[in-house]
Amino acid sequence: MAELKGWREIPIGGVIDKPATAMAFKTGTWRVMRPTWNEDKCVHYMMCWLYCPDNSIIVKDERMMGIDYEYCKGCGVCASVCPTKAISMEPETKFVEEG
Amino acid sequence: MIAEKTRLAITGAEAVAHAMRQINPDVVAAYPITPQTPIVENFAKFVADGIVDTEMIPVESEHSAMSAVVGAAAAGARAMTATSANGLALMHEIVYIAASTRLPIVMPVVNRALSGPINIHCDHSDTMAERDSGWIQLFAENAQEAYDLTIIALKLAEHESVLLPVMVNQDGFIISHGVEPVEILPDDVVRNFIGEKKPRYSLLDVENPVTYGPLDLYDYYFEHKRQQVEAMENVFEVFPKVVEEFAEISGRKYNFIEPYRLEDAEHVMVALGSTNGTIKDVVDELRAEGKKVGLLKIWMYRPFPKAEIQRELYGRKTVVVLDRSMSFGAEAPLYAEVKSALYEAPAKPLMGSFIYGLGGREILPEHIRSAFEMAVAGELVVDDQKYLGLRE
Repeated sequence: MAELKGWREIPIGGVIDKPATAMAFKTGTWRVMRPTWNEDKCVHYMMCWLYCPDNSIIVKDERMMGIDYEYCKGCGVCASVCPTKAISMEPETKFVEEG
Repeated sequence: MIAEKTRLAITGAEAVAHAMRQINPDVVAAYPITPQTPIVENFAKFVADGIVDTEMIPVESEHSAMSAVVGAAAAGARAMTATSANGLALMHEIVYIAASTRLPIVMPVVNRALSGPINIHCDHSDTMAERDSGWIQLFAENAQEAYDLTIIALKLAEHESVLLPVMVNQDGFIISHGVEPVEILPDDVVRNFIGEKKPRYSLLDVENPVTYGPLDLYDYYFEHKRQQVEAMENVFEVFPKVVEEFAEISGRKYNFIEPYRLEDAEHVMVALGSTNGTIKDVVDELRAEGKKVGLLKIWMYRPFPKAEIQRELYGRKTVVVLDRSMSFGAEAPLYAEVKSALYEAPAKPLMGSFIYGLGGREILPEHIRSAFEMAVAGELVVDDQKYLGLRE
């Protein structure tokens, strides 16, 4: 998170005066359920990439490479549309406990 | 230089439609409601006749009217709408958004009682419900002032250190439908006075892309609210310059407040809107009888010109405040604020609160005289709310 500014330093009216500022903010912190990817089951059908509302499916050379947890909010669409059930949703608490 | 004038016998609604014609807004979105309807009806004729370039959007409700105007203003357009009473209440949600998004929209409001029971006549309950919305609120005494203040409002709203929307209030039917002589300035003089709109952020400026209306949580919402306070403070710097410039082209002088026969007045009445005209007549009558009475008319209600009011009211014996709306279970809006302004007064005047004219109830010279007479006789009791023209 960028350093918070005072009221004199920010644009008026809540306007964001630059494009693509979302890059500076990691918005995956409030995820409750985490999609986990099973590479062995994945056939790179890319439905997860097509449906992800937040560009959180990492793709290289038209192949699924993993999930960007800095932006993924855990909506579960990817898991639900995957034809081979290569993505499953698991509670974040599980990962916290495991450290 | 004072411009050559055209004098017309027109209603307050027509006068404002002429102001809008001269402003030539890029977008007007509106929905009809009595007694506002003739403003937009007259303006729509100018659109149909090709006299203005305005994109007219007939919408399905006032909520949509204000939403369309907000969108247009965010795109950088000069956008206007007009409404009354329940129409304003239906806009309420977007009224706040217009102010907090800092869009300099000018909206004539033809004051009418809020339902219920349903009523179409004048009082100030509609605009008072928006007094904390972040809009500048101006009140006209007559059709001439409604015309002038609409033009003044536009320049004030768009000033770079203000960028706030403005409601220009005129009393329903009394001003909006009453025919009076109104001096209309030449079109080019008005256009030079208001100049070109220079939006700070525009959605249509593709070289400088911006986002309007993003989510603004506990980390920045508070800072944006503080900015709105500052913009209102800036009105106290900007408004005097705007009205001075307006006086240069029109010969008509405006201010936050208008003192009337206040020089040595011991008993001062304070009011908003058309009733000030009646009060002036009663002040003249009472002055002729040797009573030291005067009037303090409020032109600007938001931001509330506390310092100017203090300057005029300090040292008076009594202050009588007339409200055309109520705050049920609390002091009436104007009374509460005038009383609060007098908290620091070295010698506090005796104060009286009078409610009048709700739902279009007539306010007659004898009502005003009776309130003044109570003041002169020392019969006022602070916070004892009285009613003018109410049957017991």
